[in-house]
Amino acid sequence: MSILVKSNTKVLVQGITGSFGAKHAQLSIDYGTAIVAGVTPGKGGQFFEHGVKKVPIYDTVAEAVKQSGATASAVFVPPPFAADAILEGADAGLDLVVAITEGIPVRDMVRVKRALQGNTKTRLIGPNCPGIVTPGEGKDSHGGCRIGIAPGYIHKKGNIGVVSRSGTLTYEAVWQLTSRGVGQSTCVGIGGDPVNGTSHLDVIKLFNADPETTGIIMIGEIGGSAEEEAAEWIKQHCKKPVAGFIAGATAPPGRRMGHAGAIVSGGKGTAAAKIAAFKDAGIGIAVTPSEMADTLLKMM
Amino acid sequence: MNIHEYQAKQLLAQYGVNVPYEIPAKSLAEVHPAAEKIAASGSAKIVVKSQIHAGGRGKGTFKSGFQGGVKVTSSVDEAVSVAEQMLGQTLVTKQTGADGRRVQTLLLAAGAKIKKEFYLAVLLNRETSRPLIMASTEGGMDIEEVAEKHPEKICKETIDPAVGIMPYQARKVAAALGLKGDLFNAGVKLITGVYNTWWECDASMVELNPLAIVELADGKETVMALDAKISLDDNALYRHKNIMEMRDLNEEAPLEIEASKFNLNYIKLDGSIACLVNGAGLAMATMDIIQHFGGNPANFLDVGGGASKEQVTAAFKIILSDPNVKGIMVNIFGGIMDCNVIATGIVAAVKETHLNIPLVVRLEGNNVAAGKKTLAESGVAIINGDSMADAAQKIVKAVAR
Repeated sequence: MSILVKSNTKVLVQGITGSFGAKHAQLSIDYGTAIVAGVTPGKGGQFFEHGVKKVPIYDTVAEAVKQSGATASAVFVPPPFAADAILEGADAGLDLVVAITEGIPVRDMVRVKRALQGNTKTRLIGPNCPGIVTPGEGKDSHGGCRIGIAPGYIHKKGNIGVVSRSGTLTYEAVWQLTSRGVGQSTCVGIGGDPVNGTSHLDVIKLFNADPETTGIIMIGEIGGSAEEEAAEWIKQHCKKPVAGFIAGATAPPGRRMGHAGAIVSGGKGTAAAKIAAFKDAGIGIAVTPSEMADTLLKMM
Repeated sequence: MNIHEYQAKQLLAQYGVNVPYEIPAKSLAEVHPAAEKIAASGSAKIVVKSQIHAGGRGKGTFKSGFQGGVKVTSSVDEAVSVAEQMLGQTLVTKQTGADGRRVQTLLLAAGAKIKKEFYLAVLLNRETSRPLIMASTEGGMDIEEVAEKHPEKICKETIDPAVGIMPYQARKVAAALGLKGDLFNAGVKLITGVYNTWWECDASMVELNPLAIVELADGKETVMALDAKISLDDNALYRHKNIMEMRDLNEEAPLEIEASKFNLNYIKLDGSIACLVNGAGLAMATMDIIQHFGGNPANFLDVGGGASKEQVTAAFKIILSDPNVKGIMVNIFGGIMDCNVIATGIVAAVKETHLNIPLVVRLEGNNVAAGKKTLAESGVAIINGDSMADAAQKIVKAVAR
């Protein structure tokens, strides 16, 4: 079944006419995703064309939703305008806003998160994330829903849920599973920023409640305490086996390691603390990223 | 991005925060007039403070042997003499590492009669995604130590981003610090100003350690930021041109500056095995797996989503500029990126840099077969890694030989 998006989920792309948004809209269309609209202020009335597909572009998300019936959005808008794009998506009543943009100021996201507080309609994933994939049944998992920038072909339809702060580490885990003939229900990239819309725990709760997800891989990294929070809940409530990997054991303190949220600050947010929390919760620990899939499969 | 103490205080002053009378000096020629001005203002003491992006300056030692990066002097001549021992010299503190930091700017400050020291900071609380004001009566100390041993001495006040800081919140913090009477009101103004600096400048952290009660020349007391440290959110610098101009390249590793010109995310460490990876999480994991198999990573390097031939070559050159590097591990998961494009870039880089140290390449993903073929037929010595673990073990072994 999957969580959050299905094969036929209707998706609009905010920033479809920018080169990054355009490229990944094309790849999503190729994957079989139902890209039904684009939004670029000032370009309403134009079309985004890819092969035989003609995607109408609108000036506002509200108009795009009204005309196309889209329920989810991919935000490919540059950092100075991305927070605004996210809130516009929520205002239009979308179920899901997936913010791919890297580089949004923290203060903007603090305001976005506050504005979304209590909003039970719209879920924000990201920002600074690779997005979400629910694999399809076709060749190389085509026919599924791909929102964001993940390579579609590495996926396979199945029952393992993957949740991660890192893009390429997600692809590693997914590829390991697919190579072993084990498919995924849904793969969620929550992103590398310190303030985000959806945490590891939020996704794990959804996986726990999804009848088609039978095992979970959770990928974390230094900075913050999201992994510890998830581990504590998993210990008490999770009915499915969870395996995890934490990146950044060798990161020097006080430095941002690529991701804005990947920083050990004031002694907090270390890989060691997260791994200890995993151990305490009975989460299978992959000592190296090469072992993520095998660690989970051994537990199943 | 970090800025110097004197720059942090300039920003704070703009938001109504009380700071000492102080003047930066970037050359010996500037020291004398600065010291004279401070003496003329009625201050009995002139404090000479080395400006570097690291703490522990007071207890630090210069490589020349001169002790202390912060000195309290009693005359203009003494201030100048001390400045001569500091400017242009390298200061080593607990936070700089053994290499120390070259002092290119001094801050000359009117010495204050300190009655009490506090700690005050504003930062993001990641658990709530809201700004947090942290204050403690234990100033001048390591706040992490206070948090561990005396958590009850730390006051925490969360600001609702939809509301902003309310006066009653600043009053709560002032009360927690035990400020009374005129000091209470002065404290409220200062605390509000510190928060506003954090919010308006898009800071990651504003830290006053110490914030102090000082006695002025007329015997009256006031609250003042005696030291200040501000780090800014890199993602927001685009909307703070004045703050961008405060960037001090002297405080950044030359290789890191070079890497940023090519949009490469590079952090220098001190090991011997360099890595080149796409994706921050995978790059961290690559450093980790090198160490796991007994090696020492020389750097973090994320080439990002588009590793062009130019970027890969630039990355190799930067890596090879580090004299500690004895081997390289390339770890690429080509998602959208074509492995053969990467492989071609690697071969070109190897040839252009005349690489003569071990290189292990692990490629996976899009068009990987063609990529591996390109490497195998390149005519240059490239060791193939079948998996991340295999690649890491091979490079550690090759470097150990």
